[in-house]
Amino acid sequence: MAESLLSGLAIAAAVALLAVAGYLIARRLARGPRELGTDAERARFTTLHLATRAAEHLREGLEKGDTVRAARDLRAMLDCEGLAIAGADGVLAVDGPDAFREAAARAIATRSGPKPQLHRAIAGQGRDAVDAVSAPILTSGVRAGTLVAFARAARPGLVRATGEAARWVSTQLELAELDASRAALAEAEVKALRAQISPHFIYNALTAIASFIHTDPAKARELVVEFADFTRYSFRRHGDFTTVAEELRSVDGYLRLERARFGDRLDVTLQIAPELLATVIPFLSVQPLVENAVRHGLESAERGGRVTITATDAGACALITVEDDGVGIDPELAREVLAGRAGGEHVGLRNVDTRLRQVYGDDFGLVVETNVGAGTLVTMRVPKSQPLRAGGAHEGRLAG
Amino acid sequence: MTPAIGYASIAAVTVVTVLIGFFGVRISRTTSDFYVASRTVRPWLNASAIGGEYLSAASVLGIAGLILLQGERALWFPIGYTAGYLMLLLFVAAPLRRSGAYTVPDFTEARLESRGARRVTSLLVILIGWLYIVPQLQGAALTVGITTGLPRWVGAVGVAVIVGVVVAAGGMRSITFVQAFQYWLKLTAVAAPVVFVLLLRPGTAPDAGAALEGAFPPFTVADPDAVYRAVSLLVALLLGTLGLPHVLVRFYTNPDGPAARRTTLIVLCLLSAFYVFPIAIGMLGRVFVPELAAGDADALVLLLPGRMLPSPWAEAVTALVIAGAFGAFLSTSSGLVVSLAGVVSQELFAGSVRGFRIAAALSVVVPLTIAAVTESAGLAGSVGLVFAFTASTLCPVLLLGIWWRGLTARGAVAGMVAGAVACGSAILLGWLVPDAGLAGALIDQPAAWTVPLAALTMVLVSRLDRRGAPRGTDRFLARLHLPEHALELGAEALSGLRRDAGADGRLDRRNR
Repeated sequence: MAESLLSGLAIAAAVALLAVAGYLIARRLARGPRELGTDAERARFTTLHLATRAAEHLREGLEKGDTVRAARDLRAMLDCEGLAIAGADGVLAVDGPDAFREAAARAIATRSGPKPQLHRAIAGQGRDAVDAVSAPILTSGVRAGTLVAFARAARPGLVRATGEAARWVSTQLELAELDASRAALAEAEVKALRAQISPHFIYNALTAIASFIHTDPAKARELVVEFADFTRYSFRRHGDFTTVAEELRSVDGYLRLERARFGDRLDVTLQIAPELLATVIPFLSVQPLVENAVRHGLESAERGGRVTITATDAGACALITVEDDGVGIDPELAREVLAGRAGGEHVGLRNVDTRLRQVYGDDFGLVVETNVGAGTLVTMRVPKSQPLRAGGAHEGRLAG
Repeated sequence: MTPAIGYASIAAVTVVTVLIGFFGVRISRTTSDFYVASRTVRPWLNASAIGGEYLSAASVLGIAGLILLQGERALWFPIGYTAGYLMLLLFVAAPLRRSGAYTVPDFTEARLESRGARRVTSLLVILIGWLYIVPQLQGAALTVGITTGLPRWVGAVGVAVIVGVVVAAGGMRSITFVQAFQYWLKLTAVAAPVVFVLLLRPGTAPDAGAALEGAFPPFTVADPDAVYRAVSLLVALLLGTLGLPHVLVRFYTNPDGPAARRTTLIVLCLLSAFYVFPIAIGMLGRVFVPELAAGDADALVLLLPGRMLPSPWAEAVTALVIAGAFGAFLSTSSGLVVSLAGVVSQELFAGSVRGFRIAAALSVVVPLTIAAVTESAGLAGSVGLVFAFTASTLCPVLLLGIWWRGLTARGAVAGMVAGAVACGSAILLGWLVPDAGLAGALIDQPAAWTVPLAALTMVLVSRLDRRGAPRGTDRFLARLHLPEHALELGAEALSGLRRDAGADGRLDRRNR
């Protein structure tokens, strides 16, 4: 039955095999011919290679990192019978026989100074007795954990090597701490950036509302509610991400307030692919772009103008663009703004650009196409698949 | 048959599909009204789109042909194709929608926190996609060959080029509307022959009863071979649906988990309605044109109206059927190529636009090569084997990943490799050693033993894996299984926001 498919499968399998073989060969070639040097050269290479690998596993610190694999690499590096890594609260990982776990716990229990310490015959009896060398791991002068190496007859060489290894691990942990604090800093920066609603907008909105209080109280009331909704969304405290649909709702609220001032001079067109409404994007990432378009594109133009917002599906990414036909920006100035050298007017663009880069990487910055008098087109690209990020609040939150 | 009808229908459906593919969304949603713009796709529209993408050449042409050839045994195919959605509804639809992962590789990476598991999954997704496109191209070759008299390869190359160019040029992405249109086109195309034959041919064939009795003997459980084959085929079709790459993406058009579930329910109804007609066509074929079984049985749907209807009706209905069948090849292959190109470009070209184009070209060239060197022999059977392969590889990862917290990256990779090797070698072996008795059944329909094998390997290796499940498992699973609003409330409670809910304004607004 279905012989054609069978032969098809055979060919597919052959193609797959060829592809794998090709990949392996290419990788081999890319690495270059690695000459087998002298014993010393090879030992040097092996040690450095193991150190690099172990460093990767320790990159996130003792508690979060992959200590099991780090222990395996360190054991190979020290060439001993077993190796244990202990954190502040006890043994985290043991590479070697299970009996070593308990022995490691005993070795840690005898607290010692900053120097490596030798424990004779800590596990096993008679001829099977195993020695242990424990060395403290210190970060910023505080004991963060202990490295314990096991060997049948530990020699001074192993004691010194273990001490060095522990110091090396300490350095890696300090790097991990540095990483963590850098991430925390970035997060704080994003939070600070997020909290910026332009005072300019608040002032304008309130003036517009004030102008309606006598002439059209009902509209003024409506606008106040709108203003409250908009600020509530902006000041939302949980979740750094939202969905396109919710962000659009916020943009709608914002534009209603702006229309109170502009009247019919502000024309908005939307082209939204419905597939993308549930796509996760950074919180308040489209609204500042629209605000920029209204403020700098149209406000200075007497006749008002048109803002076009589109969202299109582009394979693995979603493309969101905001375009205005206003006065445009001098390209040099735009470059300066995005590079962070010029502040002032277009701070919203810079804000969104920074956050996109922080979250998705440098490939995902804003793209600004503009010239004086030629309008502005701002494009933002966001990967559609973001399995680890919640889309923020529940659908219908603002519709209440 | 007049070639002119073939040319006209194929050209018309191609032009319409390509035009809607490029401009459909712009026409449908250019507005200045935010309420209209942020209205999500309704479940029934999304369900039509899923139906349009899912009903491939195997469903439109293959099932009727298989019923003509095999009678009752072929009935398992429509049952399995439809009931697969029941599995999707019960076990996968809502959790996967909540996971935020657009593809199976994204899901495995997020769940297992492993690049290696991701690579293996990507490789399998690409392989399955290629194999699934092959029968579509073969169906196109058959249709073009029979209806226009051109050489068969023209059809396969034509569909491959159209789909490749359109997808690479950036069309066919926001295709909910195109695919929804395709479902209704296909439904009309298979319903028309049945309706018109029943209306216009009131008399019955003299030996209709006997012909149908021969086709549908009472099912007995005495024959272990037949029982095994039926069970194995059902396992393949039920579980294979879960892993199809182009089907999963559709669920993201739903705003949330419950909507994903509602959509799946509607899909079940739409598919059930659809499959009535290929079965009816198969039975009509057995009664009135049994001689077609000797040639291309898959062409039954295309040829039946011409043989059975009077002149003006015959041409009109044939044109409609050709359009529907060709629409099936275009829509299913473009859906597959879009999702495949997405996976390939993400793996190899870091998701760049140029990479997506190259990936789209790759995604049609490879299946085209396979289709060129093989020959169409039973579309439904070929697709059945692809389902068996999917069921033995991706389905266990999805099911265990969603429902068992113990799954580890090593377990998943081991299981996928075991399933792929077992199922793949069974398929290859069946090709080398045809007719091997009961062992032949094991090889022809491998799903019943390869799926448990893959799942068991996953469980065992995960158990033995000293590193245990990834750290984020509990959080990820909570996200998959808690309804959206519960998760949100949980987040608020955690951040202490409930205390000042009045200031937050959310709760008092709800109570108002």
